[in-house]
Amino acid sequence: MSNLKNRKIKNSIFKSLVVIFALASAVPLLIILFFITKEGISSLNLNFLFSLPKPVGETGGGIANAIVGTFILIIIATVISVPTGIAIGIFLNEYKKHKLSYYTRLCVNILQGTPSIVIGMIAYLWIVKQIGSFSAFSGGIALSIMMLPVIITSTEETLKLLPYSLKESAYALGIPYYATILKVVLPAGINGILTGVMLSVARVAGETAPLLFTAFGSPFMNLDIMKPVSSLPHVIFTYATSPYNEFHSLAWGASFVLIAFVLIMNISAKMISKRWKVKF
Amino acid sequence: MNALTLDNTILKVKGKAFSYRKKLNKFGVFDFLFKNFLGLSAISFIILLIGIFLTLLIQSIPSIEVFGINFYTKSVWDPVQSQFGSLPFLAGTVITSFLALLITIPFSLAVSLFLGEYFSKGFLSNLMKNCIELLGGIPSVIYGFWGLFFLVPIMRAFESSIGVPPLGIGISTTSLLLFVMIIPYSASIGREVISLVPSNLKEAALALGATKYEVVRSVILPYAKSGIFAGILLALGRALGETMAVTMVIGNRNLLPDSIFGPANTMASLIANEFTEATGDVYLSSLIQIGLLLFIVTTVINIVGKQIIKRFGKD
Repeated sequence: MSNLKNRKIKNSIFKSLVVIFALASAVPLLIILFFITKEGISSLNLNFLFSLPKPVGETGGGIANAIVGTFILIIIATVISVPTGIAIGIFLNEYKKHKLSYYTRLCVNILQGTPSIVIGMIAYLWIVKQIGSFSAFSGGIALSIMMLPVIITSTEETLKLLPYSLKESAYALGIPYYATILKVVLPAGINGILTGVMLSVARVAGETAPLLFTAFGSPFMNLDIMKPVSSLPHVIFTYATSPYNEFHSLAWGASFVLIAFVLIMNISAKMISKRWKVKF
Repeated sequence: MNALTLDNTILKVKGKAFSYRKKLNKFGVFDFLFKNFLGLSAISFIILLIGIFLTLLIQSIPSIEVFGINFYTKSVWDPVQSQFGSLPFLAGTVITSFLALLITIPFSLAVSLFLGEYFSKGFLSNLMKNCIELLGGIPSVIYGFWGLFFLVPIMRAFESSIGVPPLGIGISTTSLLLFVMIIPYSASIGREVISLVPSNLKEAALALGATKYEVVRSVILPYAKSGIFAGILLALGRALGETMAVTMVIGNRNLLPDSIFGPANTMASLIANEFTEATGDVYLSSLIQIGLLLFIVTTVINIVGKQIIKRFGKD
């Protein structure tokens, strides 16, 4: 009888350990969110969002250039990676057993695990070194390489789930192949594809490492994509590692804006994947 | 007679079909272009990856020629004398990553069991799942910033209480930060493989009178161990390549680490710090060689990890 008791005690100890450790893993998230909201809200105001940074010693100043820079980088990256990513995703779904698909999937896996700093080096060697200057364009290329695997996998996974009868009906109506894919199959899977795009944007919006040697950062407002631009994560990095208190509060504010953007992207991606689902 | 008219109609319909097909043929060009576009984008993607590898390889030839294997065994990193040995960074990377992994294992296992077995449905499970997902979505630079202003003071207080130089930054702080950052990767894979354990196995054990703990220990963990291992492996890949957060809290000292509370440097954070300042071919090429090593190691880890998961899914 005491044996059973022991086993029961062991059982409940183990269960409580699992619960404690699991809950403990979520604690850092709460601390981080709390910290950033607390410190970030106080430095957040209209001036902060719409003005340029000021030199050391002057109070005030904002992150307008970084917000604009982040948007420029994301737009360049999205324009490049979305069409190619979706095309590759379609290819993988259409030619599931093809040898080319096998190698493409392998490359997707490799690229997914490649450290972002290596992508930054590559963009530097391929573009910055050839052109001779840091630029928003090279940063956008680096980010687009990082977005590709996410978009490809989400496109393939979404299209895989669509019923084959959808394509058969389109063929039966005499619709040519390209129109079947573009006007029947893609719209039916649009929720998953959009979700993938938004998740990939959320992922690269916070990337700093690939931008260090490409977009490089700049204290000015810049809309020319062949010149260096600042970005939110880059601003956080430079301000956080500087010794000045005013800069630290700017960095907290920028962190708050960045994390709010990333969280909103993540949550709306989830909503889209649920709401826009085409049912069969 | 009837049969003849039927034949005629069939012929007519066939004729119409032919003429339709002729009309459709003009779409054939589009189909041809479209299919080729799909294929070409897949091919160019593969070329991109091969290009990345070849670029890194070719650009690191100068330093391979100068230092050879000594590059990985010497611990002097001196840009002024043009002497480059990467041992301090290899050591820094391996130590921080494995320490982080060691701390992560119980936590990610607990999260996997929590989500995959104990609370697989319901409010608590959803909350936990979302928390872990968000933890994975936080940008690494914000982790670093938070580490600098939250973890570093705590570590400093801890270090002065045990009597080591209270720097705050260093290997132990980095490992703690990495541990928080890689939980989501191993936990999400762990949850998946644990929820894939067939319920008839678990029910059989329960019917024999096993407690939940005994089911976990003798059914779930043995069944899911390869998948859990793969999750930990992929998390290791993340930790090895992590750059920004590490750069901010490791102290960036280019010497062999002498204590786990002391400052050090990792491969990725070395590149982040010195790449834009690298003057001279050998210096730049040495940094690229470190990048190449990082690329190869993470590639191998990823392929092995994904292969294990794939095999697990098939069983």
